[in-house]
Formats: sequence, C-alpha cells, structure tokens
Amino acid sequence: MKLTAQEVEYVAHLARLEITPQEKEKFTAQLNDILLYIDKLNELDTKGVEPMSHAIGVTNAFREDNVVESIGTEKTLANAPDARGEFFRVPKVIE
Amino acid sequence: MEFEAVIGLEVHAQMLTDTKIFCNCSTKFGAAPNSHTCPVCLGMPGVLPVLNKKVVEYAMKMALATNCKINPTCEFARKNYFYPDLPKGYQISQYAYPLAEHGYVELEVNGGKKKIGITRIHMEEDAGKLLHDEHNPVSYVDLNRTGVPLIEIVSEPDIRSSEEAADYLKRLHEILVYLEICDGNMEEGSFRCDANVSIRPKGQKEFGTRTELKNMNSFRNVQRALEYEIKRQQYIVENGGAIVQETRLWDDAQGATNSMRGKEEAHDYRYFPDPDLVPVIVDAAWIDKIRVDMPELPQAKRERFISEYQISAYDAGVLTADKALAQYYEEVVAICAKPKQAANWLMGDVMKFLNEDKKTIRDCPIAAASLAEMINLIDAGTISGKMAKDIAEEMYRSGKKPQEVIAEKGMVQITDEAALAKTISSIIDANPQQLADYRAGKEKLFGYFVGQAMKATQGKANPQIVNDLLKKMLAGK
Repeated sequence: MKLTAQEVEYVAHLARLEITPQEKEKFTAQLNDILLYIDKLNELDTKGVEPMSHAIGVTNAFREDNVVESIGTEKTLANAPDARGEFFRVPKVIE
Repeated sequence: MEFEAVIGLEVHAQMLTDTKIFCNCSTKFGAAPNSHTCPVCLGMPGVLPVLNKKVVEYAMKMALATNCKINPTCEFARKNYFYPDLPKGYQISQYAYPLAEHGYVELEVNGGKKKIGITRIHMEEDAGKLLHDEHNPVSYVDLNRTGVPLIEIVSEPDIRSSEEAADYLKRLHEILVYLEICDGNMEEGSFRCDANVSIRPKGQKEFGTRTELKNMNSFRNVQRALEYEIKRQQYIVENGGAIVQETRLWDDAQGATNSMRGKEEAHDYRYFPDPDLVPVIVDAAWIDKIRVDMPELPQAKRERFISEYQISAYDAGVLTADKALAQYYEEVVAICAKPKQAANWLMGDVMKFLNEDKKTIRDCPIAAASLAEMINLIDAGTISGKMAKDIAEEMYRSGKKPQEVIAEKGMVQITDEAALAKTISSIIDANPQQLADYRAGKEKLFGYFVGQAMKATQGKANPQIVNDLLKKMLAGK
C-alpha cells in the first residue's frame, strides 16, 4: 500500500471534496494502483539526470508590458453564481 | 534572565509595471471593481498565463541591489489553497527554484555596520481584495488586484530588535523606490510586511518557538507590533508558559497582537511546478544588461555625498532619502559649487515651504538653477542672508528667478559705505542716551544699533559693513 484511506480522506478535504465511505475505499484502491504503476519508473537509473518540471524544452516565454483592454465588469461577473453591483458576492469570510 | 528577540521579515513589494504578471490587464490602482480583469486573471478554464518580462527584470534589479545571487534557472509553482480572493484555487508563486538567493542589506548600527541576510527573492501574483458587509453575512470580491506582480523578499532571522526591523524595512523601501520598480505606497498595499518573531535567553543558540505577525501597514506599526509581541512572549516565558506557534494579527487601535483563531489548521499548500509556465533562464549577458541600467543606490549616494560634498552624515541622509531631492541638490551644487549652503537652504527654507504645502521636491516651484543663483548672490554680497529668506519665499510663491524678485522688490543690498555711514551717523545722533550707555560699557547695546540700522534700510544694508562701521563710529573713531 502506497497510500492509506486516511491520506485519501485528507487530500479530499484539502480539495474540498465530500466522499462517501464507499468512494473512499474505491479511490484508495485506484490511487494505489496508479502510484504502483508510476513506481515502475523507479526501475530506471536516473543518476546524474537533472529533475525536470516540464516535458517541453521551451524556456523564457515572455510577454511585453503593454496594456490590453480588459473584458469589463459586466462580462467578468456574467458567470458568477452570485454578484451584487460591481462585485462578486460570497459567504462572509474573515481571516 | 535577559532575552533577545530573533526576527525575520517577509516583505511583499508590488512591481511598478503597467500590466499584470501573467496577462495584459492594467495594474492601475483605484479602477472600478472587477474592471481590470480578463479570462487569465479570473482563472477561467483553458487560459494560458504568459510571464511579463518586465517583472523578471525588475525583480533582477532588486536582487542585484541586495547582493543576491540570481539563479541561472528559476520556475513558477502553484501554491494551492481555497479563499474567495483567489479565483484559480492556487496562487502562482515560486517555491523550490526562486529567482534569487543569498543576499544581504547593510544597516548602520551605532556607528558600525550590520548585515541582514536575505534568504530569497521570488516573483508571484497578488490575490484579489475582499470587502466585508457589516450587516449581512456576505463578503464582496474585487479581482482587479488578482495577478498584480509582486516580489517577496524573505530575510534571514538576523534581526534582533524592533528598531533594527524598522531600519531594515526602511532600507528595502528606499532601494525599491530608488530603483523605480515599486512606488512604496504602504496605504495602497504596494509595500507590505509580515514578521516572524521568537525570543531566546541571551547566549542561547537554538531558536525559540516563533509566531507570525500580520496586518501591520506602516513602519511604525511594524515596530509597535514587534515591541508588543516581544514583551508578550517574554511575559509568557518568564511565567513558566510556552509560546504557541501561530499567526497573530496586529490590532492598531488596541495596540496589541491577537491570535488568528479559526485558522489553526496547518496549511498544506501542495506546491508543484506550474505546467503552464516554462522555466526562466537568466544568463550572464542578461544580468549584465540589467546591471548597466542600475542607478546609484541610496547607501552609495550617501557615502559619496559625505566625501564629495563634505556634508554631515545627517545632511547626507536627509538629502538622499528621496532620489529626486538628491538630484535637485546635485543640480544646485553643480551651479553654485557651495554644497554646505545648498544643503542648508534646501533642508531649511525649501523643505519647510514644501512640507507646509504637503508637497515633495518634484513639485517645487523654485528651479534648482534659481536656488543656486540665489546662493551665488548671497556669496557675492549682493543680497544678505536675511534678504535671501524673503527672496526664497517669493521665489517659492511665484516661481520667479532671484534676479526678478530682487528687481521687483528693490531688494539689492546696500553696500555703499558712504551711504551707510550717513545713515548710521544719524542713528547715533538720534540715540544719545544709548550711545553714552554703550560707551560706559553696556556692550549689549551694539545689537540695538545694528537693529536700528537694518530698520532704517529696510533690511537691505550689508550686515558685515554695518557691523564694521558701527564698531568704528560708536567708538567715536
């Protein structure tokens, strides 16, 4: 086992996912399968190979600092589940 | 037991670019809510963030100015958490591979210098702004600030007092503003600071348990919050308690830090490289290009002012606190070649006028050349220092040149000895009693005669000539 049911529950909580006990069992098994499969990569000797974060060899993709007109408040709020005036409206959060 | 504080600071500085870090939306402050937004900064599915090159160059400037090593490769990572001001559910930041590391800033302490280490400088995006409804259980979200470029400057735990912390912050602030990469406006949040604080018995090597302080939006509040927190921790330890590692918010009105309850749950940000953003490679040629463009930094300027202009460390400090002021000063000195007088006039009368009007040197109606000419006129004896004070004020009010003001007001100094001798002689004749008292030893009355002479000439008499003449004539010579 690479992953316990508690870890699955923890990760689900971090992602704000509610899962049933049945789902927890199922996902634990599935995730373990995936991790075991990926483990196969460890059979390769990667000594002296720099870790890479991207599969493509592109670097330094930049944009110039020129303003382009934004889409506007109306369009910005168009998909909002709740809005008031020029603002998105959400349940109160206080840090 | 004697304790010492161990403080590390995290500073967030907004980069002064026109557009956001990963999209072309404007960064301008004060726009209508949610009007500077686009699919990229709103975190819509399927969009591709592209890095603003200027942000990298600005961050490189700060890295060089704080003696950091710029890493040949750096990467962006996603910091995952949920909060309504973060539309994507993650903040794009840098984690394992920041832009720059291992720098330092020098502070002046008790005549000596102290290095405060800089752990790292990295680039990241800002979050949006929340407004809380006072009557209803709702908050309002404005995403204009979402994606505004920031650099985070993390210090080593090298700071030992609240004064040192404030000093360090002032140095960073000054460098950022000098580099013209941040406007430094603390009220608008362009320069923000969080602090990590712990205490330990003096001499102990191990760190104590630290707390993190937030919500301090001025240099003064940072200092006050740290002072409070150090005392609070000391009180707990001295009474046998233990410090709890937690985040505490500074309450300005209350003058205290309070535990941020409800967020006790440990953060788990699950950083991972952002697949949307490719690595940034910074080669030596790029660094050199940035280095060439670097202005003289405040500390170097202060040291140069002291040696080149022979002014005091205090004066050099005041004159270099604002880059524009330093530039103005140098323009004045370049024309009149009188660094001390230039410093005095600038820091005295000119700053007084500006402060009264809440203006900065950028809005000063007196041209640097005019102030220099005025100093030259004093030096040549054409006007007295006292007349110059009135002329300076008039120059400030009208923006006119000193010669114009002098001509308009007929303010040229009287240096004609014969004319002044005549005036003085009639003053002496009109004050026989004072004359007798003076000759009997009441030397203080000399000042009275000077005053009378200046009054009679409406302050236009050359004071040196008046003094010389009075000495002779009062003695009866």
